[in-house]
Amino acid sequence: MKWFSRYTGVKNRGINPQGFHVSQIKFYVLLVPLSALMLLPIIYIFSSAFKPPDELFAFPPRFFVVNPTLKNFTDLFSKLSNSGIPVSRYLFNSIVITLVTVLASIFVSSTAAYALSKKRFKLKQTLFVINNVALMFVPIAVTIPRFLVVKNLSLLDTFWVHILPVLAMPVGLFLLKQFIDGIPDEVIEAAQIDGASDWWIYWRIILPMIQPALATIAILTFQAAWNNAEISTLYINNESLRTLAFYLSTLTSTTATGANAVAGQGIAAAAALIMFLPNLVIFIFLQGQVMSTMSRSGLK
Amino acid sequence: MQTELNRQNVVRGFDEPGIRKAFLGWLNKEGGAYAFLSPYALLFIVFIVVPVLAASLLSFTFFDAIQSPRFIGLSNYISLITQDDTFMKYVLPNTIQFAVIVGPGGYALAFLLAWMLAQLPRIPRTIFALILYSPSMTAGVAMAVVWKTLFSGDQTGYLNSFLMELGLLREPIQWLQSPQYLMTIMIVVTLWSSMGIGFLAMLAGILEISPELYEAAAIDGMSSRWQEIFYITIPSMKPQMLFGAVMSIVGTFQAGAIGVTLSGSNPTPQYAGQLIVNHIEDYGFLRYEMGYAAAVSVVLLLMVLFFSRVATRLFASEA
Repeated sequence: MKWFSRYTGVKNRGINPQGFHVSQIKFYVLLVPLSALMLLPIIYIFSSAFKPPDELFAFPPRFFVVNPTLKNFTDLFSKLSNSGIPVSRYLFNSIVITLVTVLASIFVSSTAAYALSKKRFKLKQTLFVINNVALMFVPIAVTIPRFLVVKNLSLLDTFWVHILPVLAMPVGLFLLKQFIDGIPDEVIEAAQIDGASDWWIYWRIILPMIQPALATIAILTFQAAWNNAEISTLYINNESLRTLAFYLSTLTSTTATGANAVAGQGIAAAAALIMFLPNLVIFIFLQGQVMSTMSRSGLK
Repeated sequence: MQTELNRQNVVRGFDEPGIRKAFLGWLNKEGGAYAFLSPYALLFIVFIVVPVLAASLLSFTFFDAIQSPRFIGLSNYISLITQDDTFMKYVLPNTIQFAVIVGPGGYALAFLLAWMLAQLPRIPRTIFALILYSPSMTAGVAMAVVWKTLFSGDQTGYLNSFLMELGLLREPIQWLQSPQYLMTIMIVVTLWSSMGIGFLAMLAGILEISPELYEAAAIDGMSSRWQEIFYITIPSMKPQMLFGAVMSIVGTFQAGAIGVTLSGSNPTPQYAGQLIVNHIEDYGFLRYEMGYAAAVSVVLLLMVLFFSRVATRLFASEA
């Protein structure tokens, strides 16, 4: 019975245990069915992207794919949208826009966070409070004035309108600032005594030490940019500048009929998988870094 | 390099030695900080501050996007309260119902799940966290595809087919088009995708709490898990609780477009899923009554601010 007492003793009972304990069984009993339920729609994305047409419209509907095929994907990429733009163009736009946005966001948020955390200036506290209030900002509420701003800056129908609004991300600045607060001032003072410039300190000391937080910002920005269909809808009229998220939204909103609907469903399923997969893969790779950033996310 | 250039320009620009000296002194002391801050600050002002100010100003005007705005005082707010039947009869009650269930409900759920996950060893915990978090990263377009098929109105819809198989239904139901069910489906879908970064923050917060606190409490005779939650866990992680609360409030109001996405029309069938966000869009982009829409936006922002205040009251760390 010795092996059994390992799982019933005081050790491993409570928060953050090292191994299994009988007291954990009740959590598994609750969590396993719940996660299965949460996972269903996600599994459905994978399964239906590989379904041939007769399975997509089978009656009664079948959840899992029986004869997987890549036909939906080849259809997707050989298709032109209603306005004659190949789907690969939307995908290309999405990739370029997302890459630029993520890199720019890392730069913009981390420089500002460095200043708010480690530089000394009068308005420092005020500006941080303003940013904290802006955490409560709901972009969707000011869609109209934002449109007017974008229009007056002549940003309508430009590449930059995809990127610039996403960069103003108070959560990103907040998380980075909290993380930089954790770097001891002595490290920076020592560098300053050696005659290091602000820029050198930022580049050589701050950036290497905040990599987990940068990974988190990268994920948040990635999700904001990659999944964004609104910008293409509101600010872009030039079809060749629109994104994959936008294209997918047109597939689901138009009520196609007949043969078109059949082809449309398969294509939409394939596009949905392409939209979802990068989110998942990136998060799996960076989740450890995200968790270590989140432990400093407290709002005081 | 950039500051060097600025400095030269400044030197040429000012002849008054006192001002010049004060300015140069300031530039030396604080210029670096502002240089680092400026790219973010500029974007923050252009895309957050200016739109919020513009919304507040426009809300006092009549503006149809063709003629320039005309000042009309509080009329927009007055008609919002007294004349807008749709707002009072559908939009406001819907928004409150949706917000109360999804906001505090989703928040409590996120905390409980985070708490349960914290009791598991690292590997299963990571797997569960990943599963619970993954719906939140698909928000919006990709999911619309899924929900439309799952809740499809004919017998090929999964829910219809499933319920008919069980004999609970005889005829397929138009889930997304029926005012009766739309709100419930909106709430379920939003809750499903609400384990976002607030959830991760709370999970991290629970894991950070020092085990000695629990041991000390156990020695003092605390035995129930509920007591532990209310007297140790929550008080020790108030900052994360507040962060999670703010994220959940913002997420709730931001999710407002879901009814239109699901039903495919604005207004939603018989206004059943009409939330304040859809009302703004309805007036702003469909009727071009921008001034009125701006007034509704201001009301929405004030609601978010109010709820965040309440959350701050609940979870503020004692200074």
